[in-house]
Amino acid sequence: MIHFLISVFGSSNYWYIVFRSTAPILLVTLGAVISEQAGISNMALEGAMLWAALVGVIVSAATGSAWMGLAAGILASILVCVTLWYFALKLEANAVLVGVALNLVAHGGTVFVLYSLTGDKGISSSLASKTLPFIKIPLIQDIPWLGKIISGQNIVVYISIIAVVVLNLILNKYTIGRRIKATGANVEAARSAGINPDRVKLFALVIAGVLAGFAGCFLSMGYTSNFTSGIAAGRGYVANAAQVVAGGTAVGAIFAALIFGLTDALATFLQNVGMPPELIQALPYAVTILGFIVVTLSRDRREAARKRALFSGGAASGGAGDGGTAKKQAEGTGA
Amino acid sequence: MTSARKRGFFHSIGLYFTDRDKLEPAVITFFAVVFSILAGVALIFLVSKDPVTSTKNFLLGPVLRTYNFYYLMIAMVPITFTGLALCIVYQAKYLSLIADSSFYMGAVIATAIGIYLPLPKGLHPAVAMVVAGLGGGFIGLLPAILKIKWRANELVSSLMLNYVFYFFGSFIILYFLRDRNQSILASLPFRPTFALTKLVPNTQLHTGFIVAAVAVVLVSLFIYRTKWGFEIRLSGANPRFATYAGLSVSGIALYAHFISGFIAGVGGAVEMSGLYRAFIWQMDPSYAWDGVIVAMLARKNPKFVPLSAFFLAYLRVGADFMSRRGDVAFEFITFLQGLIILILASDRLVNSFRARRLRSDALKSEALARKAAEVLE
Repeated sequence: MIHFLISVFGSSNYWYIVFRSTAPILLVTLGAVISEQAGISNMALEGAMLWAALVGVIVSAATGSAWMGLAAGILASILVCVTLWYFALKLEANAVLVGVALNLVAHGGTVFVLYSLTGDKGISSSLASKTLPFIKIPLIQDIPWLGKIISGQNIVVYISIIAVVVLNLILNKYTIGRRIKATGANVEAARSAGINPDRVKLFALVIAGVLAGFAGCFLSMGYTSNFTSGIAAGRGYVANAAQVVAGGTAVGAIFAALIFGLTDALATFLQNVGMPPELIQALPYAVTILGFIVVTLSRDRREAARKRALFSGGAASGGAGDGGTAKKQAEGTGA
Repeated sequence: MTSARKRGFFHSIGLYFTDRDKLEPAVITFFAVVFSILAGVALIFLVSKDPVTSTKNFLLGPVLRTYNFYYLMIAMVPITFTGLALCIVYQAKYLSLIADSSFYMGAVIATAIGIYLPLPKGLHPAVAMVVAGLGGGFIGLLPAILKIKWRANELVSSLMLNYVFYFFGSFIILYFLRDRNQSILASLPFRPTFALTKLVPNTQLHTGFIVAAVAVVLVSLFIYRTKWGFEIRLSGANPRFATYAGLSVSGIALYAHFISGFIAGVGGAVEMSGLYRAFIWQMDPSYAWDGVIVAMLARKNPKFVPLSAFFLAYLRVGADFMSRRGDVAFEFITFLQGLIILILASDRLVNSFRARRLRSDALKSEALARKAAEVLE
């Protein structure tokens, strides 16, 4: 087993697959992060990916251009997220329920459209769809081991890394980021500061739609070269768990998505050595839950420690601490 | 809760026509139902080459043939169980879909019992139901525990767990219960004692239908007539108040989830012993998603679960009949289900009725007060 793992982690092929399977999760996780930062749970990401994947394939087959497919797919994904916004904010529906409903609409709707167009419910192979280009980076592709990993990935993989940088900028460097965070933290406070929370949430959801659109199109026009029914395979839901692991930051999303990507890629290899594929397929989802628990636990502990420090500190400066805190304070200074 | 003093079922139905707080949601539900059917017909006209026949098959298929009507009654059984399961969870104001895992694993557990336990007829499926229910109950606890201990969003964690349990369940079937003589993926055949008797000879309608009906009655009594049911409703309606009243809200959430999972697990066992001779599901039937819409149409009141299950089963059987005889894909029903949830979830639609009524009431009483003041002067 150890030997096997060493051989896996040493192979450039494994790390190539890690990048490839992390990219879509990373993109939707970023979408979940920005939605959650704006204070709206975006359960519809799964549906947004499904529509993007299908529309991308159809439009690329119709126009003969992968880029047109990508653009249309992103548009479809944005539309799903804007629908979520409309129902959740304008019709005051429970955002989570709307997300569930939009996913049902997407699950049924994509198959329905696919069947009506091609007569096939499972796969879009009869459509001559295009794939997004794989990029060979000159010079870097010649580096022995590393070159095989970094170069030759699909363009969306590189876009996902750029997206991290862009989202980090949006959230931390620009006014809109402050507005998003303010809205997410306290809608009323944001409103009294002159922010229009509805508009801010709409902006956040449109960005989330763009990100989920990239992810969805990548699944059907890069990761694989067809649309298959249920192609998102719960990645939109995983993103909502990963978003918590990410702690609401774009950089954190990389680690959260990597948890999934690493196990997902490992699953492909474990299957080759005769592990039951059913258990392996369950692995990424199980690990996501575990990661979720670990992160919440450590955050709770940090929070508790911070509060303890705050209270004991406050008691000392106020000079009116009761016996317990004063004693604790004394111990603290003694040590 | 208001005036339901031992007045019986028909009185409480009557309330839906006299009490506007109850009438308005009912109108919205009706609107959602009609709208979804119209949307379905519109879709058929959009894609079908023979829309009239397809529409007729969709709308009347279930009643055109007796066979289809029995099929409808069979289709009601699993979604009644998951609908009840989700009603309980909703009453506690949780939105977990773990009933899917409970149902699926209930079926897997029942499969193992159906194959290996030598028990007399009658007792055999009953034992399977109880054990599957217990298994489903413990699975149902997981998202609640995750939520209480680690504040994990129960919907997200339950969806993750659904994937885990689906793969785990098919692993058990494949590696421990598989019939290797079959070319298709199937478990070993059940013992003959495991099968539920048929309600009507020469049809597939089985006694599981009665079990489902009993479950509806029991859950209704549980929610509206017992202390535990009251506590579930109270903690769902206002958790803070429930805490001040000295109730353990997390304890309530735990047993609500256990009971919900239990019912879904029983549903899985009933489905196995009623309809199949071996476990042959090639994919997760995802009845919990149907349960969501059944529970929402019933406004989380178990009493109305059979009605909404009937409606959903009607749509599904109609869609199935239509897709077998025409060129419209069965999946459009999932699309319609999503639409129905969208409408039902939009509180604004209900609240706008109520807001308008309250405003006009307020204006009326203000005018009355002004008039009274004039008279007094």
